[in-house]
Amino acid sequence: MIDKKTLDQHGLTEDEYGLIVGMIGREPNLTELGIFSVMWSEHCGYKSSRVHLKKLPTEGKHVVQGPGENAGILDIGDGQVIVFKIESHNHPSFIEPYQGAATGVGGILRDIFTMGARPIAVLDSLRFGPPDDPKNRSVMEGVVSGIAGYGNSIGVPTVGGEVYFNPCYDLNPLVNVFCLGLADKDKIFYAKAEGAGNKVLYVGAKTGRDGIHGATMASAEFGKETEHKRPNVQVGDPFKEKLLLEACLEVMDRGRIVGIQQMGAAGLTCSTTEMAAKGGMGIVVDLDKVPQREAGMTPYEILLSESQERMLIVASPEKVAAVQEVFAKWDLDAPVIGEVVEGGRARISFKGEVVVDIPVDAVVNLCPAYNRPSRAPAVLPNPADLPPLPLPGDYADVFLKLLASPTIADKEWVFRQYDHMVQVNTAFLPGADAALLRIKGSKKALAVSLDGNSLYTRLDPKTGARIAVAEACRNLVCVGARPVGVTNCLNFGNPEKPEVMWQFEQAVDGMAEACRAFGIPVTGGNVSFYNDTEGLSIHPTPVLGIVGILDDIRKAVRPGFKATGDAVVLLGENMEELGGSEYIRIVHNLEAGAPPAMDLEREKRLQEFLLEAMGAGLVRSAHDLAEGGLSVALAECAFHGARKTGCEVDLTDTFRPDALLFGETQSRIVVTCRPANLGRFLKMAAAGGVPAKSIGRTGGRDIAVRQQGRELFRVPVEKAYRAWKDALPNFFKVRT
Amino acid sequence: MKFGVVQFPGSNCDFDTFHVLRNVMKRETALLWHKDHDLQGVDCVVLPGGFSYGDYLRSGAIARFSPLMQEVKAFARAGGHVLGICNGFQILLELGLLPGAMIRNKNLKFLCQHVRIRIENEKTDFTRAGRKGQVLRIPIAHFDGNYYAPARVLKDIERHRQVVFRYCDAEGNITEEANVNGSLGNIAGIRNREGNVLGLMPHPERASEALLGSEDGRTIFASLILSLERRKPARRPVRRERARHD
Repeated sequence: MIDKKTLDQHGLTEDEYGLIVGMIGREPNLTELGIFSVMWSEHCGYKSSRVHLKKLPTEGKHVVQGPGENAGILDIGDGQVIVFKIESHNHPSFIEPYQGAATGVGGILRDIFTMGARPIAVLDSLRFGPPDDPKNRSVMEGVVSGIAGYGNSIGVPTVGGEVYFNPCYDLNPLVNVFCLGLADKDKIFYAKAEGAGNKVLYVGAKTGRDGIHGATMASAEFGKETEHKRPNVQVGDPFKEKLLLEACLEVMDRGRIVGIQQMGAAGLTCSTTEMAAKGGMGIVVDLDKVPQREAGMTPYEILLSESQERMLIVASPEKVAAVQEVFAKWDLDAPVIGEVVEGGRARISFKGEVVVDIPVDAVVNLCPAYNRPSRAPAVLPNPADLPPLPLPGDYADVFLKLLASPTIADKEWVFRQYDHMVQVNTAFLPGADAALLRIKGSKKALAVSLDGNSLYTRLDPKTGARIAVAEACRNLVCVGARPVGVTNCLNFGNPEKPEVMWQFEQAVDGMAEACRAFGIPVTGGNVSFYNDTEGLSIHPTPVLGIVGILDDIRKAVRPGFKATGDAVVLLGENMEELGGSEYIRIVHNLEAGAPPAMDLEREKRLQEFLLEAMGAGLVRSAHDLAEGGLSVALAECAFHGARKTGCEVDLTDTFRPDALLFGETQSRIVVTCRPANLGRFLKMAAAGGVPAKSIGRTGGRDIAVRQQGRELFRVPVEKAYRAWKDALPNFFKVRT
Repeated sequence: MKFGVVQFPGSNCDFDTFHVLRNVMKRETALLWHKDHDLQGVDCVVLPGGFSYGDYLRSGAIARFSPLMQEVKAFARAGGHVLGICNGFQILLELGLLPGAMIRNKNLKFLCQHVRIRIENEKTDFTRAGRKGQVLRIPIAHFDGNYYAPARVLKDIERHRQVVFRYCDAEGNITEEANVNGSLGNIAGIRNREGNVLGLMPHPERASEALLGSEDGRTIFASLILSLERRKPARRPVRRERARHD
């Protein structure tokens, strides 16, 4: 008998229980309840987010597969497609940083190769509490080495990403992992169980008791007793996954299977019911045939285990032996555990007895969707909130301080732990505006950028989300790529709090608006709610992963200054905007004000123009302005140049110098061009309706900025470089 | 000449090495499966980088027992050329074809970055296309690349000029700072006394195309081609399937 307490333990409401009873026509047994519990969890069922996600544009001429599958698919021409998605692994990474992050990588890789694509790149978006706290450092070390431990071993390069620090992530770090895969268009596979009589094969690791109710855990807040949840986190085995990857791609390449699905959240339960539901079929499974790591597991445990590195395959009876032969080559067993049947029911037996008999449609497609109440917070941040700020006495000092702030500082400490070069496609090393990968056998290249400034989204979720889309696109454009598709990872607090729901709605609206404006479809993503620990929610953190295509990799543009004597041109307009900036956070200790404005039309014109100018061969380097504003962007251009060339810049704007140097006004890019091309470049910008101003020259050993002739600061490139370069490693030096 | 790239379970630079040898160096190249006993008549065996058997024991400790490795051992003993890159170097150490051992990097972290190595001995079949003292810019990517050997062994390999590459700075100076993983004597690569087996930690296949930032790694492959094709009548180079690289 199912009582209230059992329901609570399974995260189901009494109303939901009523629905279940209605759908299956009787009271479920405990195993069946467990199945509904995970499949109807927030993590798997998207019950609070579904009504809002419908607002996102998902159509486009290149879209082969939009949301609803393991990953989105876009056609890139020449018979090839790209397959990509981003996923969160926040909750597990807080409980056990190394394994939480490692299995996050493992999971997203399976999402990609399940569809027939070879994963060619991983990027991750990480959020931690400030690194001066040893607890945060230890979480960060664990997460970074977990990503490295898994990705390096399996041989998929981690080519970029971003790391932000903010106290709101002290007890709730974010680990969002993006993966990009490449496949032949005629060899895409789906998670469909079709054809009655076809066999269901289980491949990969044995099933253990790890990760039971992981999906349910990811659908609740954390309290002080979280430590007890450690057994809910799975343990990754990248070597097993590597074998699985090669074997799966081989059986797919040889056309030996009908459908395939990875066992991720909710393991065997999710994969069997989803495959059956998508094929419009039923499925029978004999749990005694499921390879088990330990004795005495109950059907409940076998079905809900989230042991890693497992896949489910459907193959016609005559091809079973051929499939098993490929897996044997890779030292993997592939036992038949069930069959596809007519009738739309999942019938699962254990020791000769039917333990589950439920309609798959109810489990997979009929999870209730909620339009949860939302309410704007009582006190809205607005420009009036920004108190009068004193001007800093020494701009050089602030400049160096910003360069050394962990969010802005160089991230080599992180990315040199990742193998970012394996597969020999990495054309740009991490640290450029976007990651750039060549496609072997073609002139084309793929660019990827992840972006999301949660300070902006906290102050104004809608504008923040619009900025995130715009900035990720701008990053791609800065290397010369045209954005083609979006995946998103939406990290928010508890959706049962109306203020959190409001943030979510606003952010989705902003994202939808921006994606429409840029004409780029959202092909999938992930929602992570309940990022609350001890009652405190994180800043709303939508992370955008945007992919772009560059037709000719030889035309790719880098951020660093190329040579001495080039003209430095600022595209876009400087404005007096300090709200939400890293500068007021670091120097004035404020997370306040309105984030910078985002005019999507202006942004679009800027990006179109830059691509045009690059096509005409007028652009030698390009770098977008982000955290830290103009001064930090100039410094990064100097650092990324081969010879660490400096620059002399003079600005004519008349407003307060700190806003000019460190404000984060959007839609701005620093470009350099040969002096001989400057006139043509500026004319072209004027014709494109894009403000462009020649602000100085590259050269010398200093970065110097003047305002109407008055020098605001002059700092040797080397000194600035050291501040930027050493900041992060200094936190991790062994202290005696 | 014909190269053979061995695939162990967990190898992950097998396709990269194959790609460079076939499409960049334009030489016939075969993939050799670890369970086979057939070296397919190759002139040079390359053990690629990766995490053979997950490196769950010591790096390379299990791969050395693969059926194919018994053939590789016999091939090397008979004077056949064997190149071990990264995990391949670790396997050669475990197999006893090269002296010494690898321990964890001195900072106890995985390191992936461009480094510079200096050619210490240009009179080997793996370096003859280079110059003595030439500095090559080639990336490393490893956790266990900290070369160790007992003093007596170290002295021995120095005396027989077996050290082929050392970590150095941009000017070719052998410095502590350039020695990122902490290797004894800044050792990045060594050969056996007979000169037909070489292991190195840096990945020359990642530095063989201008598009990826360096072509210095080609020196090693070009040297092998030079050495081995001089010795026997050249085979016809393989036909390019498509433009596989820029």
